[in-house]
Amino acid sequence: MTSREQILANVKANQPALHPLPEQFRFTSVFPDIVQQFMDILAFVGGKAERVSDYEAIKKHIQEYYPGMTNVATTIPELASLADTTLAVTDPHDLASLNLAIIEGQLAVAENGAIWLDERQLPQRVTPMITQYLAIVIRESTLVPNMHDAYQRITVNTTGFGTFLSGPSKTADIEQSLVIGAHGARSLIVYMLP
Amino acid sequence: MNQLNLDHATASAVFNKNEPRVDWHDETLWFVRAKRDRAAALIPEWEDLREAASQIKNHVLSNMHDLLVQFEENARKNGIHVHWAANADEHNDIVLGIIQKTGANRMVKSKSMLTEECHMNNFLTSHGIEVIDSDLGERIVQMRKEPPSHIVLPAIHLTRADVGETFHEHLGTEKGATDPQYLTEAARQHLRDTFLTRKVALTGVNFAIAETGGFVVCTNEGNADMGAHLADVHIAAMGFEKIIPRAEHLGVFLRLLARSATGQPITAFSSHFHKPRPGQEMHLIIVDNGRSRQLGRTEFRNSLKCIRCAACMNTCPVYRRSGGHSYHSAVAGPIGSILAPNLDMKLNADLPFASTLCGSCSNVCPVKIDIHDQLYKWRQVLMREGYGTTGKGAAMKAMATVLESPRLYRMAGKIGRGVLRFSPAVAENRFNPWFNQREMPAPPSESFRDWYVKNKKS
Ligand code: SF4
Repeated sequence: MTSREQILANVKANQPALHPLPEQFRFTSVFPDIVQQFMDILAFVGGKAERVSDYEAIKKHIQEYYPGMTNVATTIPELASLADTTLAVTDPHDLASLNLAIIEGQLAVAENGAIWLDERQLPQRVTPMITQYLAIVIRESTLVPNMHDAYQRITVNTTGFGTFLSGPSKTADIEQSLVIGAHGARSLIVYMLP
Repeated sequence: MNQLNLDHATASAVFNKNEPRVDWHDETLWFVRAKRDRAAALIPEWEDLREAASQIKNHVLSNMHDLLVQFEENARKNGIHVHWAANADEHNDIVLGIIQKTGANRMVKSKSMLTEECHMNNFLTSHGIEVIDSDLGERIVQMRKEPPSHIVLPAIHLTRADVGETFHEHLGTEKGATDPQYLTEAARQHLRDTFLTRKVALTGVNFAIAETGGFVVCTNEGNADMGAHLADVHIAAMGFEKIIPRAEHLGVFLRLLARSATGQPITAFSSHFHKPRPGQEMHLIIVDNGRSRQLGRTEFRNSLKCIRCAACMNTCPVYRRSGGHSYHSAVAGPIGSILAPNLDMKLNADLPFASTLCGSCSNVCPVKIDIHDQLYKWRQVLMREGYGTTGKGAAMKAMATVLESPRLYRMAGKIGRGVLRFSPAVAENRFNPWFNQREMPAPPSESFRDWYVKNKKS
């Protein structure tokens, strides 16, 4: 018998009688102001939200916020003038010197500040981790209240990889004191378009 | 000093020698517990969520065979190589085989309690493979040649000064540096170089989705992603109980996991892997290592519902005051004390006794495992199987007789209060491990029952 057969046989012999799945496992979250809720939580997890009217406003903000920044890349055609390098590389190691990545988010979750990204937003999966700084552009219309709503909207396997990203990378492994910028991006700005 | 060869009571005594440090450890973990409470309180449906998570996991346990088969089939369709390991040795051999096939002699790894359980690092090192742990806490303890003391916060037993010392020695940071920002930056630089140069990366698995054949890995640091997305070969290792039926069930688990663990609304990265990226190889190892046996133990099978949030450790009065290393097991604390005797009853017979049975663990557990009941039940099994110490055997027998008879119980209480008042040395002696490092409280002059009878208005 292979280990596979052995394990499956033991599991079958030892598992209890079938217990049905619960019917109630999706819940509704109600927020008085879903945009404000998202912005507050994003701040709580170490990110920053900016409500902007159009791409021109984003450009202006980035130029002021990261003056003189080089090694900037974006997947958003409207912001192409900010970029001096590309995310469309075949070897992810080529992104090692990336300073700022500006990408689009597919959907955002108000309860926890998470933004869903899959390979349609990420030409290389490592982009939001390997870049020193990260900016994500979302539409306010994509905001959903909670994770149950999020999983109703997305299909996790449309592409080979997807992630819920909430705030910049962080660690509290040294005496529980929070440090932003562990192995992933050191900061996250989310631009919210109407 | 190696606490790992000692039983829990003895190792705790060692830990308790430094009183200010024990107080600090206790408070640090309680602080994490308090953050969990605040996060939970913000979710009005928290208790319903726990119930849903518990029911989904009950279903998983009862449908494990079919879910695993379904998962395997879908994962294969996604282009993932699926391996099965009956035990730790087989798991380690599979990992070694995959690494050797690539010709690499080093690997970067993100947090995986399963590989701790399998003692994989030592095994690989002995076969000439260098393994670097990339979670900051794990890297710290790895440099110190210690195991993690906590499943979510591996270096929680260390102060910033300890970390400063370790980094000074291994990373050349300034002597005496204690600023977490500075120390973390040093580790970031060191590990970034590691991520960029390793061809093989190993990650754990938080959830595996039967319906889609993919798996989810949660981190705050982004280290699992950095490793996996830069490596040519990604190996993911999971205990088979990580399976869930459908992606939408993640809504329940991801809402509970980080809130229960650290009080965060979700981890910074909840990454869903379904296919290797172009040109990459992806392997997934499904491990049993005693889990199918535990599944057959009616009283203890619920322990397999665990999502490893560590809330039961943070809240446990014994864990907080004895430290993770005193449990001499990869998973410490209340849940570890249920899992470990299944792996080795004799070696871990002391662990179910390392609890006050106060029930705080069961109250916080996001998947509603009856943790303290299981600890109590293990004690009975262990005594029955002859794994109790003699002292414990006699004491437990006396205790059982007393507890069975209300009259004896009242009498024992009276005598006990008398003894404590007039001769505390009977309890405060070195033969009573519960007294070590403790002062016995002043005994009340009357029992609750006496008080109740006197004050009851009939
Ligand atoms: S037993 Fe429950 S509380 Fe403890 S780690 Fe597992 S899921 Fe968390």
